[in-house]
Amino acid sequence: MRNFGRTAGRKRKSKGNSGGVRRKKRQLFDGVTGLFLFLVLVIMVSPLLLIVSYSFMGSGELKEVCGAVLSGMKGMAGFRFFPAYPTLRAYVQILLDSPEFFTSFWNSCIQTGGILLGQFLVAVPAAWAFANFRFPGKNVLWFLYMLLMILPFQVTMVSGYLVLNKIHLMDTFAAIILPGMFSTLPVFILRKTFAAVPREIIETAKVDGADEFRIFLSIGLPLGKAGIFAILILGFLESWNAIEQPMTYLKTAAYWPMSLYLPQIMEKNASLAFVASMIMLVPALLLFFFGQDYLEQGIAASGLKG
Amino acid sequence: MWMKQLRPLRRRRIPISQSKKTEYRTAYLFLLPSLLGVGGFVFLPFLDVFRRSFLQASGHVFVGFGNYRTVLQNEAFQRAAGNTAKFILVCIPLLLTLSLSIAVFVQQSKTYQKLMKTGFLLPMALPVASVAVCFKMIFDRHGWLNLFLRQFGGKGADWLSSDSAFWVLIACYVWKNLGYDMVLWLAGLSAIPKEQYDAAKVQGAGRWALFRYITLPQLAETIFVTGLLSFINAFRVFREAYLLSGDYPDKSIYMLQHLFNNWFTSLDIQKMTAAAVMLVLLIGGILSGEEFWKNCREKKEEQRK
Repeated sequence: MRNFGRTAGRKRKSKGNSGGVRRKKRQLFDGVTGLFLFLVLVIMVSPLLLIVSYSFMGSGELKEVCGAVLSGMKGMAGFRFFPAYPTLRAYVQILLDSPEFFTSFWNSCIQTGGILLGQFLVAVPAAWAFANFRFPGKNVLWFLYMLLMILPFQVTMVSGYLVLNKIHLMDTFAAIILPGMFSTLPVFILRKTFAAVPREIIETAKVDGADEFRIFLSIGLPLGKAGIFAILILGFLESWNAIEQPMTYLKTAAYWPMSLYLPQIMEKNASLAFVASMIMLVPALLLFFFGQDYLEQGIAASGLKG
Repeated sequence: MWMKQLRPLRRRRIPISQSKKTEYRTAYLFLLPSLLGVGGFVFLPFLDVFRRSFLQASGHVFVGFGNYRTVLQNEAFQRAAGNTAKFILVCIPLLLTLSLSIAVFVQQSKTYQKLMKTGFLLPMALPVASVAVCFKMIFDRHGWLNLFLRQFGGKGADWLSSDSAFWVLIACYVWKNLGYDMVLWLAGLSAIPKEQYDAAKVQGAGRWALFRYITLPQLAETIFVTGLLSFINAFRVFREAYLLSGDYPDKSIYMLQHLFNNWFTSLDIQKMTAAAVMLVLLIGGILSGEEFWKNCREKKEEQRK
């Protein structure tokens, strides 16, 4: 590690005054990479633009463009980014006469809301405990929590099914909410945010006579705000898009969230589906844009040393 | 920057007026809701799964490792396990290197950083169903990619029902997770003190030397977390795969998740229990190996100090 300075220095000396050429080369490199990144950025964003644009497309035009792919019609898909005849008809249709859509929207809200509330009440104190206390069994428990967070849903599907079946919760909202709120991923993400709370503040509060619960409420929560928002936003995106869980634990279609309802109508009525996508998108995007700083800070904190 | 300065403080906590016992009790009080839920919904039922994996489907006849043998000899299981392993081995290194190189580049220009972060994180917010439709529009037999290829005299292919489906899924995974990983890398990068770079530059170190000898060694923890979260998200790609091609997709993307799902539909609980136990053991083994390695490294680092 100490060696490179010397060798690199010698190299530069031998090259003499090639610094200008080097700088130009570097500028060119940066320019090309920047252009490339901009292209990647366009690719990243284009699906969103496509959904927005297609939600204003009439059903006839949409059939022309997507019919070959989505409904098995003959011929090739048409390529068009913007609707030739923009219309709000699908929006009106979904707002006025598709009661199933409203049911599924409401189901999504309840299921996601329940999971988020639960995660807030369960994961936040747990992360505080892992970050701030020493207790017997801590390492074993932390290992178990990490293991559980890695396991894909399909592995815990059987055990979840067995227990939900036993307590007669299959095919109810609780079958989605209860296992979801005890996810250990938020505990993992949040722990380092809490570990970064300055020790001095906590010790001072203790000297002033605050008890542990008080410290958690008036120091931990405000200082861990970014991390808490981050886990809630991530939790929202996760359960708002849940497919596996409702597919496995909910048999009655009337209990399905939008994320399951949407693929269903995509085949039958594409124009309705794109508007439904839009409506599903809006809360996620709003949350995303208003909470982006918190989300970034929260994600970032989880990756630092601690 | 400020986190760096705090590190020595959070190393060890000195209990002031509190005995150890009270500390234990408070800790478990904070943990209680989580422990109850995790225990009740995951841990105890999993013990039941473990017990069942040695029993016959009907009744309680002990069959030893019979279920395990059936699963291991099952052709679908072999293919699914192979595909899943291949997917993970390809997608994680790809995602990590891609996101790191973008992060290293984006870090240099503060002006574009915000725009890049927003744009790259955006795919996370899109509903999976609509993303699947976009991918279908592009890669379907009658889709845009083939339309484009035909314009130039190419023949096109059935991207979603041939071996290329695997790569479509990889693209989908990278597209979705690039932003998240980039933000993690950026955090790790910005925690490295600027002075170190300046000192090395004065001594004439080039870009690659800076990266190799200053950046990389200090990113160790970030590599661990980013790798772990990418691993978790690699399993979640099932959503896209399922919406793109249903219960029985092309055999190149028939993953363990599909298999479990189909076993569940046919209520093949015996196979599921045995396979679940094996997967838990495997992932647990990998994780404990990693933890062991991490502990060794930390000890070495402390000795050096």
